[in-house]
Amino acid sequence: MKTKLLSIIFVINLIFGNALSIEPDVFVQSTVNRASKLLSENISKEKKIEELKLIAKDTVDIQGIGFYTLGGVRKNLSDSDKEKYSKLFQEYFLKSFSSRLAEYTNPEIDVFSKEKLNKNYTIVNSTLKATSERPEIKIDWRIYTKNPEKPLIRDLIIEGLSLARTQKEEFASVLNSNDGDINALFKTLEEFSNQ
Amino acid sequence: MLKKIILIAITTLALIINVHASSDGELLLKKNNPNEVSECWEGFNRASFALNQGLDKVLFKPVASVYRTLPTPIKSGVSNSLDNLSNLVTIPNNILQGEFSKAGVNTGRFVINTTIGILGLIDVATYLGFEEYVKEDYGQTLAVHGSGPGCYIVLPVLGPSTARDTVASITNFVGGDAWYNITVNNDTQYFSDFDYYASKVTSGVDFRAKNYDSIDNLEKNSIDFYASVKSLYLQDRQQKILNAKTIVNTQDDSDWEEIEN
Repeated sequence: MKTKLLSIIFVINLIFGNALSIEPDVFVQSTVNRASKLLSENISKEKKIEELKLIAKDTVDIQGIGFYTLGGVRKNLSDSDKEKYSKLFQEYFLKSFSSRLAEYTNPEIDVFSKEKLNKNYTIVNSTLKATSERPEIKIDWRIYTKNPEKPLIRDLIIEGLSLARTQKEEFASVLNSNDGDINALFKTLEEFSNQ
Repeated sequence: MLKKIILIAITTLALIINVHASSDGELLLKKNNPNEVSECWEGFNRASFALNQGLDKVLFKPVASVYRTLPTPIKSGVSNSLDNLSNLVTIPNNILQGEFSKAGVNTGRFVINTTIGILGLIDVATYLGFEEYVKEDYGQTLAVHGSGPGCYIVLPVLGPSTARDTVASITNFVGGDAWYNITVNNDTQYFSDFDYYASKVTSGVDFRAKNYDSIDNLEKNSIDFYASVKSLYLQDRQQKILNAKTIVNTQDDSDWEEIEN
């Protein structure tokens, strides 16, 4: 009886466990479709930016990217500085992300393959179709899959160049120019967000 | 006098580069990691970067904005013929890196595209199924043979580079680039200096036009545009040196593994 019960629980778990998890490539394609649909709509740029921010909050691991971007400095930050940084980074990221995307109208992205790196990460491969003004662009997505039911984007790799890594080195440069003073970085992020 | 200056420059830069006899993939990856490239001349580099930004605003960007409105077949033709010309540097570097089969393929590509492809305007070789063309240069060859990048440098007009790549590029002017030899170095009746410099300027405009929105977008959304360009340039060089197809080959995943949510 006990064995039967365990078998039933196992089968139910197998069926519903898989049903709830979202494949990273399906997640990327659906996210892209959401963004494309929004960008092709006949609404103001400001409205598009607001909607893009909502999509980003839902699909991007902004806090994770923020701490990655900070590099080794994050290990020495106080809890209050970490909290302040997370808040400032989110504002910076959403502004930067949405204003970058809002420039595109109806971008066509095709997801064509994926590569599982480990249980936490999968790289999804896609291409942004060429237009008359620019060639085709290869875009890879680093998807954080620790919670398979809620995959999140952690990096965009455009033609092999990682945006998160670029951002990390940019932040390191700001810190280096100011003798590692985190308040200088806070000020820079605030200025960017208030522009 | 000019020879003396060049010799002093080569010697100085060569001393900055750490040259080793040989290398393996892992060492190559580590040596060319953007984090490992020293920032020795930041003041000069930032000044040079500002100059290049000024030149871009008054020259390259306006020309590129007109160029990108040309019909696609014209832009593709220009891009194809510039790629075809670059074979003249790629092929000797394939050989110097011991990639003899690639040298053979690229030679075939060059012959077919120059003749049937009408001076490289049409990439017939790709239609015929030749493998994807990948550019190589003397900087990449030095790297493959174990030379570290040395310091990061922003050259006036020419843009980002490293000490190793700057030294290596001198090879182009002392016989390493057949296109330079038949246009500038030797007085042939078919080509002139103008052809060489025009091809280089067109190459710059073609690059700027292809990346028109991306560069503008990056500048607008950077908190330190100089650092962004440096990072992108060094990531790109690392990939080219390793001939890496994916970021997984060049990025240290341990950085990501530490970030838990």
